[in-house]
Amino acid sequence: MKPFDVLIIGAGIVGSAVARECALLGWRVGVIEGGTLAGGATAAGMGHVVVMDDSPAQLALTAYSRSLWLQEAVTLPKSVEYESRGTIWVAADDEEMSEVHSRHKLYGSAGIATEVLTPEQLAVEEPNLRRGLAGGLLVPEDGVVYPPAAANFYLSEARRLGAEVFMGRAVSASQGRVNLADGTTLIAARIVLAVGTDCDLLPTLPIQKRKGHLVITDRYPGFLHHQLVELGYLKSAHQVTEDSVAFNIQPRQTGQLLLGSSRQYGNEEPTAEADVLRDMIERAKEYMPGLKDLSVLRAWTGFRAATVDKLPLIGPALGLSDDSSLWLAIGFEGLGITNAPAAARLLVDNMLGRESAIDSAPYLPARVMEPARLVHA
Amino acid sequence: MPDTVSVTINGVTSHVDRGTTVAAAMLLAGQPTRISVNGAQRTALCGMGVCFECRAVVNGIAHRRTCQLLCEPGMTLETNR
Repeated sequence: MKPFDVLIIGAGIVGSAVARECALLGWRVGVIEGGTLAGGATAAGMGHVVVMDDSPAQLALTAYSRSLWLQEAVTLPKSVEYESRGTIWVAADDEEMSEVHSRHKLYGSAGIATEVLTPEQLAVEEPNLRRGLAGGLLVPEDGVVYPPAAANFYLSEARRLGAEVFMGRAVSASQGRVNLADGTTLIAARIVLAVGTDCDLLPTLPIQKRKGHLVITDRYPGFLHHQLVELGYLKSAHQVTEDSVAFNIQPRQTGQLLLGSSRQYGNEEPTAEADVLRDMIERAKEYMPGLKDLSVLRAWTGFRAATVDKLPLIGPALGLSDDSSLWLAIGFEGLGITNAPAAARLLVDNMLGRESAIDSAPYLPARVMEPARLVHA
Repeated sequence: MPDTVSVTINGVTSHVDRGTTVAAAMLLAGQPTRISVNGAQRTALCGMGVCFECRAVVNGIAHRRTCQLLCEPGMTLETNR
């Protein structure tokens, strides 16, 4: 069999975006999926396209990737359900309101449009929020997508450009050879691991599973207009050891409400847990008391692929492996949907030795081999 | 104690026997409990709280299973759209 220019293992949103980017180069592309297409974290997540600012590198990546979503928004198929809903970061008290002002400034200096909302303006934007909140920060260009449909769109574009998809589990991947469970061997100049939390192929990958719960309601059109996230989310999302819940709610095109969120380390059981769901829903009701009358249709869990410095691994695997054919696009934690388009660009730029639109150094996998840098990350 | 109760169904007052379910009251009035996503009129099917076809707006709250609710005086009932 003629060798591939690139074999991508994992057909989630990141692997599918990489496949399309490589196919656009005219490369011979193969995609390998051992489970369901877009069936891992891509299917479990919310699909919030959001600018985040944990670190300057995270701000640069999410802002760049969101700009790629925006560029493509009008040509995405309807099934992707892209909507520019905007995010409102909700401030409960004066301390969180001072955070609103500092982020407004920070985002402004990064060229990201935001608006500070007074309590009255917040009540107009979202009448179902309780009164007595301190205000909020509206980020109007943040969006919402339906992630599995977005991943399938990327993959169908790659296929249209000639990519081949192999449904089978990869049991080994090294030195340009991928062996599938059915005995097939595929040869490629480059192998990309876009495997989320499924790290059997390269056990040295420094990925931790971070469990999350989500809930979806019946249809209540008009109940909610923006994605709302409590500013306390930052406090909870920053914690790397303790379990936490935070108010995070998203309006879907159907009128359904997608409600999160929880973060747990060290729990690899996919079972939805009643006590976590209860904490999550109670937290949400503190912000939107009217939620108590709404019906939940379904609850589920998923696993974020977390790295120690909360940035993804995008680039050659060198440092984690001495195999120069291996490339990585993993470790996106809760931002895989947002960051997939940028990750695909950065990875391909790196393969071609081409300059990227943003500095790609902070995402290079080799950094996690340098403990001294992590302390300051 | 009167043996009927009056409720409002899509803006029209109805008198039903005490003990009537909301689903039955809406059926007696010829009103669908809900309109499906494709525009079809729906009403109670299983009558025991399982099929969710009888969801309606009860006192302003959407998606209530009306086969599991008895009519109370002054209730406002609307087709769930």
